[in-house]
Amino acid sequence: MSKILIVDDEPNILLSLEYLFKKEGFQVFIARDGEEALGIVEKDLPELVILDIMMPKVDGYEVCKYIKQKSDAVKVVFLTAKSKQKDIEKGLGLGADLYLTKPFGNKELVNKVKGLLD
Amino acid sequence: MFSNLLIISFTFGYLALLFAIAWFSERTAKKGRKLSNHPAIYALTLAVYCTAWTYYGSVGRAATNGLEFLTIYIGPSLIAPLWWVIMRKIIRISKVQRISSIADFISSRYGKNVTLGGVVTIFCLLGILPYTSIQIKGVASSFQILQESNASELLTNIPFYQDTAFYLAIGLALFTVLFGTRDIEATAQHEGMVMAVAFESIFKLIAFLVVGIFVSFFVFDGFADIFSQAASSGLEHLFVMQGDNGISEWFWMSVLSMMAILFLPRQFQMGVIENTNEKHIDTAMWLFPLYLLLINVFVLPIALGGLVYFPFGSFEADTFVLAFPIAFNQEWLAILVYLGGFSAATGMIIVSTIALSTMVSNNLVMPILLFNEGFQKKYQHKLGAILIWSRRTAIFLIILAAYLYYKEVAGQFTLVSIGLISFVAIAQFTPAIIGGIFWKKGARLGALAGIIAGFLIWFYTLVVPTMVTAGYVSEELLTEGLFGLGFLRPQSLLGFDEMSYITHGLFFSLSINTLLYVLISLFTLQTSKEHNQAVVFVDIFRFSTSLDASVIWKGQAYLPDLKALLVNFLGREKTDEALNEFKTQTGKALSQKNFADPELVNYSERLLSGIIGSASARILVSSVVKEEEISMQEVLDILKETQELKSLNEELREKSEELKIASEKLQAMNEALRLNDMLKDEFISTVTHEMKTPITSIRAFSEILLDDDLPESERRRFLDIIIQEANRMSRLIDQVLDLERFDSGRQELNIESTDVRIMILEATDTMYQVMKEKGLDFNIELNLEDLILDLDEDRIKQVILNLLSNASKFAKSKVELSADVKDGFLRVVAKDDGKGIPQEEIPYIFDKFFQAKNQTSKKPIGSGLGLAISKKIIAYHQGEIVVNRIGGETCFEFSLPINKDVLKLNQLSNHE
Repeated sequence: MSKILIVDDEPNILLSLEYLFKKEGFQVFIARDGEEALGIVEKDLPELVILDIMMPKVDGYEVCKYIKQKSDAVKVVFLTAKSKQKDIEKGLGLGADLYLTKPFGNKELVNKVKGLLD
Repeated sequence: MFSNLLIISFTFGYLALLFAIAWFSERTAKKGRKLSNHPAIYALTLAVYCTAWTYYGSVGRAATNGLEFLTIYIGPSLIAPLWWVIMRKIIRISKVQRISSIADFISSRYGKNVTLGGVVTIFCLLGILPYTSIQIKGVASSFQILQESNASELLTNIPFYQDTAFYLAIGLALFTVLFGTRDIEATAQHEGMVMAVAFESIFKLIAFLVVGIFVSFFVFDGFADIFSQAASSGLEHLFVMQGDNGISEWFWMSVLSMMAILFLPRQFQMGVIENTNEKHIDTAMWLFPLYLLLINVFVLPIALGGLVYFPFGSFEADTFVLAFPIAFNQEWLAILVYLGGFSAATGMIIVSTIALSTMVSNNLVMPILLFNEGFQKKYQHKLGAILIWSRRTAIFLIILAAYLYYKEVAGQFTLVSIGLISFVAIAQFTPAIIGGIFWKKGARLGALAGIIAGFLIWFYTLVVPTMVTAGYVSEELLTEGLFGLGFLRPQSLLGFDEMSYITHGLFFSLSINTLLYVLISLFTLQTSKEHNQAVVFVDIFRFSTSLDASVIWKGQAYLPDLKALLVNFLGREKTDEALNEFKTQTGKALSQKNFADPELVNYSERLLSGIIGSASARILVSSVVKEEEISMQEVLDILKETQELKSLNEELREKSEELKIASEKLQAMNEALRLNDMLKDEFISTVTHEMKTPITSIRAFSEILLDDDLPESERRRFLDIIIQEANRMSRLIDQVLDLERFDSGRQELNIESTDVRIMILEATDTMYQVMKEKGLDFNIELNLEDLILDLDEDRIKQVILNLLSNASKFAKSKVELSADVKDGFLRVVAKDDGKGIPQEEIPYIFDKFFQAKNQTSKKPIGSGLGLAISKKIIAYHQGEIVVNRIGGETCFEFSLPINKDVLKLNQLSNHE
């Protein structure tokens, strides 16, 4: 059973993602901002992090940077409304494994995350 | 009766007096007191019109033709009221254009044409020389009568070195040189000469009045006595107008003298060149006719008295004035009368000679010298000296020539006939001048053809007969006509023999002259330069203040060259002075990169015109200037502009100022637009981002609901979220549209009279429940008494709700809303006890989509547009919205002006 962390400042989005991945059998951690996310990364060692970018306190880029510095093994998937090419390049440039834009299709998202973890 | 010595000493004594007066006046003028600057002096100098011809000749003419002599004085008196129209214009043109003589005037008007100036000069010489010589004759014969020598023996027979007249002529030439050519500037006023001439005018008038009184009241017993005696001697025909052609003779003679008073070179010199103030014309308009009246009062009595008293031709009628004192042994009176005649003659000689010498030097000598480029180059630095010496030489030559003419020819004619012939010669300039100042189409070729034709006819009809009389030409010409053609008889062209000799000549010469002038002018095209001058002359009163800018000129002038040119004539000091004056007058720099300003070129040309005449100045200036051809259209266009130059300049200045301001505004607007564009981009990107959030939730839950078979409670919960997010989205869309309308100024307020108290209570009504749910204390404190304001109720409610909703999100325990009136403003404050907004974020708190970054992870629901819209709404109401931290509480406060007018007036104009 894989451990994943979902980080988003929108409660409803967070809720939907939590439901989706729990149903698929993941062990799901959630965080509402970057700061909280970093704590969970330290403590619970998720294998994969689904990361929003625009968040209060510490943004998604910082969180990704931190995770990848610590261990390249942890997969990072950006899931954000920012869809400009330069944002995508920046996100992948920081070592993220996937860059997906909102709004997303549930099946596609789950499949891609599963693919990354296989 | 007198010894030669006595007469000669009186004569030269009088001449010495003139020198003294002139010298004294010039000295006074140097001290800054110009005696000549007085209207009476001006009128007196115009009386140079009355020459020896008036003094002696009028009596002579009256003795043969009766009252007809008066025509010579009626003309000028009749035209005097018109001086204000004609003279004033001529004076203004001449002063502005620095015109130095009548030849210069005509030449300048017709494109500064050298030929025309030369022709006019030559004709002036031809016309005036005999006239000058008869002045010498007048002096000489009066001198002779005084000596009681035999009147029939002609003085002309003695050799010149024994002839007093010769020495007088030399003396006059000396005087003229001394007081007439002091200044190189031909347009400069000759103070000494003017005062001497004014003195002479008084002197001759007094002398004539004295002899008139003597004859009328001492020799005879008053006018009645003279007339009755004359009547009994069969002289009645002299009292009345004679013959069938009486009226027409009078008419033509009057017309002739009208032209003479305006255009005789000496009249032009005195009336125009020496004029110091246009206003003097006002006085001269009545004083000069009065002078003419006075000097003519005794003419007929003396003439009739003479005919009665000296019946058998013992004295020529021309000399009756002198004959009476001699016959009655009134020695001192005789001397006085003689000197009066002398003063009349010398005044004319001096002034005419100055005028003629200026014409000769400026319109003949200079152009000829300047056309020779080699000469011009070689002697350029000496041109000033050459000019003034040519003028001095001309004076001597003219006076000597007049003397010679007197010796050789003049003895044969009476004073009046030569005088009238001169008048007719001068009359030939009338069409060119009058046409020139009132008719823009008047063209050079027309003027030239008219003047030349007029002179040829003048010569043929008036001069040739005198040559016949003098025996130079066969008498057959008079009786048979040229080539034996009867209609070409000089004194009856085309068979016109009804008119008198002078009238006939005048009629034909002037008619043909005028006809040619008008016809040729109508059918020739003016050059651009010519047209330029024509417009400036005709419209002088419009151009006189902006003349240098009205003379169209295109090309390049090198300033040092131009300066060198001026120095040649003016000297270094005066040149610098003149250039400085130009600078202060126009406020323009002299040159740019050493190239002179076109206005400066015109100014310099004008300066030179005053010295060497306009045509010569033209030649000189164009020698240092690379001039480009300028088309007629350009001239017309520029003239049209310069006519309104002043107002246009002013307008232009204002326009350019406006333009500057407009361009600055435009720049600022452009900058604002650019910024706006950027902001808009950012806005759109933010809006789409904000939209994606609810859509993401909606889609995710919709898919979940679609795919999974959920328990009822779960299903309901998810559907609730979908609805909630859909609402959020439509709210966002509404707000974005709202804000867009406010931003673009298209938002309209629904202004109505509103009770503020009720409005606030209604707005807060819905908030009680919300506050209660959040466990917050909610207090309202309204210190308002029946305040009615004009405002958009819904919008202000929206602001209040927005502030309260924000407060409720951040408050720890309580929210308070208060309202009161202070300093003419309604103040509404929403307070909460939350932790407040960080200082550094306050400036951005009202920006779109700004949501405090330090919000907790539990993000409040809101679009980020609420405060931005609130700010707009308040601004639309002329109010202000601010945020403060007071006593540990966050206070959002907005204020609205209570004055309705301010509100209404500005509600739509004030938006960002």
